[in-house]
Amino acid sequence: MTCPPVHPYLVEALEKRFTLHKLDSVPDKAQFLSSHRDSIRAVVGNAAAGADAELIDQLPKLEIVSSYSVGLDKIDLAKCKEKGIRVTNTPDVLTDDVADLALGLMLAVLRRLCESDRYVRSGLWKKGVGFNLFLLQFSGKTVGIIGLGRIGMAIAQRAEAFSCPISYFSRSQKPGINYKYHPSVVDLAANCDILVVACALTPETRHIINREVIDALGPKGVLINIGRGPHVDEAELVSALVEGRLGGAGLDVFQDEPNVPEELFKLENVVLLPHVGSGTVETRQAMADLVVGNLEAHFLNKPLLTPVV
Amino acid sequence: MESIAVLMTKPIYSYLQAELEKRFKVLKLWEAQDGSRFLEDHNQIIRAVVSDGGTGLSPELMAALPKLEIVSSFSVGMDKIDLGKCKEKGIRVSNTPDVLTDDVADLAIGLTLAVLRKLPASDRYVRSGMWKKGEFKLGTKQFSGKSVGIVGLGRIGQAIATRAEGFGCKISYHSRTPKPESSNYTYYPSVVDLAAHSDILVVACALTNETRHIINREVIDALGPRGVLVNIARGATVDEPELVSALVEGRLGGAGLDVFENEPNVPEQLIELDEKVVLAPHAGSGTEETRKGMADLVVGNLVAHFEGKELLTPVV
Repeated sequence: MTCPPVHPYLVEALEKRFTLHKLDSVPDKAQFLSSHRDSIRAVVGNAAAGADAELIDQLPKLEIVSSYSVGLDKIDLAKCKEKGIRVTNTPDVLTDDVADLALGLMLAVLRRLCESDRYVRSGLWKKGVGFNLFLLQFSGKTVGIIGLGRIGMAIAQRAEAFSCPISYFSRSQKPGINYKYHPSVVDLAANCDILVVACALTPETRHIINREVIDALGPKGVLINIGRGPHVDEAELVSALVEGRLGGAGLDVFQDEPNVPEELFKLENVVLLPHVGSGTVETRQAMADLVVGNLEAHFLNKPLLTPVV
Repeated sequence: MESIAVLMTKPIYSYLQAELEKRFKVLKLWEAQDGSRFLEDHNQIIRAVVSDGGTGLSPELMAALPKLEIVSSFSVGMDKIDLGKCKEKGIRVSNTPDVLTDDVADLAIGLTLAVLRKLPASDRYVRSGMWKKGEFKLGTKQFSGKSVGIVGLGRIGQAIATRAEGFGCKISYHSRTPKPESSNYTYYPSVVDLAAHSDILVVACALTNETRHIINREVIDALGPRGVLVNIARGATVDEPELVSALVEGRLGGAGLDVFENEPNVPEQLIELDEKVVLAPHAGSGTEETRKGMADLVVGNLVAHFEGKELLTPVV
C-alpha cells in the first residue's frame, strides 16, 4: 500500500487476505523496497500516491496496481501497459457522491452556508449584529461543466433539477446530448455563472483553468473543483479571489494536498474541503470492496472487475 | 400618493425602504423614542403597515391603527398576523409567495447536503490547519438515493421534492390531504409514519395552530439515530427542547435548521453540536435576487391597493 493507511475497512479487508506492507509508515522506503522486491506482487494506491515509473522499476514482480480512486494520474499507465502490469480503479461507485459534493459546494458558496453556520455559532445573530453576507441565488444559474464523463453527467442531472441551464466543454462534442457545447474552455467560462471541473487529469488538462479562463468567468463567477488540484493554476486562482476578479470558489482538491494557500482562509466567498469527494461511509466501503475484489479476481485468474489496463 | 403614510415596523431591507420612500410617506416605528406615543401621534394618517414574517402585525399594533387598510408582508409566512381579525375589520393582507420558493427549496437541499457531508466541519478542518496533521476522519453520509420525507407539499415542498428527485431520492410526504397530482410520491396520513420511512425529514408547511410542534418527540424518535431533520419553515413547527435532547443524546442523527422557536436565540447545546448540526440565521429567502423580488411585490401590492386596483398577491 503506497497511500496512507487511513481507511480501516480497506486495511482490514486487505490484511485478511494478503500480507500488507504499509509503505507510508516505513522509515527507509528505498531499503524496504529493495529487500521486498521479490515478494511484492500488487500495489494499492489512491489519489495521493499510486505507482510511478520509479516505483514500478523497483518492483520486478509487480503484477497489478489496484487504485482506491477513479483518478489515475498517480499511476504511470504507459509503463504498466508496457510491462503487462494490470491496473484497476473504482469507477461508478463514487460518481453519485462526487456529484453530490459538487452541488453541495455550489450551494455552500452561493448561499454562504459555512459562513452562515459560523455567524450563528459565534453569537453574532443573537447580539443583533446584522448578517451582511452577499447571498446569491443558485436556481436558474448557468452551470458550465468541463468533462462530461460519468461524474460530469451526474452533476448535470442534479443541476437540471434546480432549473440550471447546462453547458459543457469536452475533447469532442457528445452526440445526443441536449446541453450546449462550447469548443473552448474560455468560451464556456465566459458564458456560465458556475464553472465545474469534472474531467480526468492528464498532461492536456493540467492547468486547464488558467488566468484567461478565470478572467472570463469573472467577478460574479464561481469555480468549483472536484477534479484534481493541478487542473487549476492555483497561484492565479488565489490572486483572482483575493483581488475580487473571481466571484467565489468551492474547492475539494488542491495543487499540493494537504497544503492549502492560507490567503484563502479569510475569504468568505470560498469553501475549502479536505478532498472528501468520495468520502461517505457507504462509498468508501464500496470502493474498498472493489479494490479487494479486483485483487482477488487477479490472483484467482478471473476477469478483473474494473480494469483500466 | 406621496402623502399616504406607511408604517414600517422594522428596518427590513434598504432597497425596500428606498422604494417605499419614493412613493409614500414612510414612518419608521423603530426610530421612535416612545413607540406608543409615536403611534398615537400618527394613528389618524397611517393607512398601511409593512412588516416581515417574524414581526407581522401584533394585536396591539392593529388596535393602535384605526385607519389601517392594508398590511403588506415581506414574507410568505402569515403566522404573525391575525388573518381572521383582519378579514373581520376589512384590512387587506398581502405576502410574497412564489418569488422565494426556489431560494427556500435550494436552502433545504443545501442544508441537507451540509449536514450529511459535514460541510461546515470539513471547511473548518481545512481552515484551522488540521488537514496538515491528518486526513479528515469523520464519517459522512451519502445523500443520493436516500428517502426524503416532506411535511407540507405546497409550493416550497414541491420544489424541494423536484430537486431531491435530481439526486435519485425517493420522495414521500405528509399534508392535510393527499395530492392527486403527486401520485408518484408516497403519501403518509401520519407524520410519525412519514418519519419512520424517511432518512431525511424536511419541514415545509405553514405554521398554523394545527402544525405547531408537528415535529414532536414521537416523530423525532421515529426518524431515529440515523435520521436527519431539516427545518426551513418556522421554528415553532418543531418542539425545540425535544429536538435538542434527541440530538444531544444521539437519538436523532443530525439537523439542518434555518429557523428557531425564539429567533435570534439558538439553544446553546445546538451551538456545541458542530458536527451533526448546521445552523443558518433564517436566511431562506435571503439572496439578493429574491429579496429584490419580494420588495417589488410588497411595494406593488401597496400601489395596487391605493390605486384601487386588484392586489398582486392577496392573502385577505
